[in-house]
Amino acid sequence: MISPGRSWREFPQRYRLEAAKCETCGKIHYPPRVACSKCGGTTFENITLPREGKVVTFTIVRVPPAGFTEQTPLPIAIVELMDGVRIMVQIGDLADPSELEIGMPVRLEFRRISWDGEAGLIFYGHKAVKS
Amino acid sequence: MRDVAVVGIGMNDFGELWKKSLRTIWAESAFAALSDAGVDSVDLITIGCMSPGLFVGQEHLSSVLADELGMAGVPASRVESACASGGLALRTGFAEVASGLSDTVLVTGVEKMTDVDGADATYALGTAADQEWEGFHGITFPGLYAMLAVAHMEKYGTTSEQLAAVAVKNHANGLLNPHAQYHLKVSVEDVLESTMVADPLHLFDCSPVTDGAAAVVLTTVERAKELSGDRPVVTITGSGLATDTITLANREDLTELAAVRLAAERAYKMAGRKPEDLHVVEVHDCFTIAEVMATEAIGLFDPGYGASAVEDGLTSLQGKIPVNPSGGLKSKGHPVGATGVAQAAEIVTQLRGEAGQRQVEGATIGLAQNMGGSGGSSIVHILEVAS
Ligand SMILES: [Zn+2]
Repeated sequence: MISPGRSWREFPQRYRLEAAKCETCGKIHYPPRVACSKCGGTTFENITLPREGKVVTFTIVRVPPAGFTEQTPLPIAIVELMDGVRIMVQIGDLADPSELEIGMPVRLEFRRISWDGEAGLIFYGHKAVKS
Repeated sequence: MRDVAVVGIGMNDFGELWKKSLRTIWAESAFAALSDAGVDSVDLITIGCMSPGLFVGQEHLSSVLADELGMAGVPASRVESACASGGLALRTGFAEVASGLSDTVLVTGVEKMTDVDGADATYALGTAADQEWEGFHGITFPGLYAMLAVAHMEKYGTTSEQLAAVAVKNHANGLLNPHAQYHLKVSVEDVLESTMVADPLHLFDCSPVTDGAAAVVLTTVERAKELSGDRPVVTITGSGLATDTITLANREDLTELAAVRLAAERAYKMAGRKPEDLHVVEVHDCFTIAEVMATEAIGLFDPGYGASAVEDGLTSLQGKIPVNPSGGLKSKGHPVGATGVAQAAEIVTQLRGEAGQRQVEGATIGLAQNMGGSGGSSIVHILEVAS
């Protein structure tokens, strides 16, 4: 269950796709972290992730958790963005979930992610759609 | 380091045990292990349990359970590494005896999962994934392993029929295990025709929700020899623990379980063994794809050959290297915190030659592999009959 305070704390990453690029080795971290997992560096440049990418792997969730029942079947994928960063996102706007395939080009769009969960909140973030 | 032996095991029936509480199923297995070992006092109790807070609304198991055993006063410690909590409890006990900090340790694992409804159980299990960056998007545990399955299928041509063969084999083994949750014969068609949970995983590709507990008693090899009489003394010769990124998105390679590979490498190194030396193996088949990927990660098969190995019968009870003779998590059941201890108990049973109809003939070296979440942590132990 995600509380309002926790949800608010994550706005920069979720709403604006803010990521941290390590000033020492260049690795991009999404979400930002305290120390670089590649080189241990602790200074970062604040960057915005690109919105274009492609599907690396995926599934279609047919038994959903609370907050997602109205969106079932729910296609979810790991998407590799143009800068090499991989993120997990829902795939929106598919007429038929079976269209989903590895390598499919997608674009990130700001959408409603879940609602009517245990906290009674509506959560927003990014989904990927076929581009 | 001192040599460490498993001198007692306690396994009771796994299942939906509505009439019994967490503390009751735990105490029954603990007493069974102490009785099997022939000891009535221990220097430490370790408890592997993933989430008693979410499953039964009770934390502070160290006090609750030491008290339940009539051992208030004895040191007790609950450890947690999601579904690998039991394996971690075993490793903690192993380290205590090996280091000389304790002479005799009661290692236990427990999970009481059916006191909550299905949605709450799904939520509790989901906390083993990254809640902020995976769970937020609606992914479930079957969904995470489904993503690994899709990647494995894409790279190696693994098929749904091959994954189904894992379930078929493990249910066949479970028929021979009186403690298993399910005693049912399952066909490839049964698996493929069962409800799709997260493509390409069907309901019968998934392990069940289970109540259960397991326990083992560890002590020095010297004391074990005094206690064991004519029984073979089983020692823990290798213990390996490793972690990986919590999110799948941050993994370099979605077709391997790196934490399992690392934990296995560490255990093999400590034991001075290699995969070819093993006679019997228990792996963490929370999903059918997990067994395939785990057998590759511990080096039984080259990457990409784990699925065909099952289909070809190499891992069946009569195969080249039997995997999950207990029925695995799939058929025996998966009370998450108990699983790692139950796996060790099965290997000890096999090495003692006491496994009845599911006995792997002549087994003297075995391995147990336990895993947390989608592979974010793993623990591997190698057990051998002492010379
Ligand atoms: Zn760096």
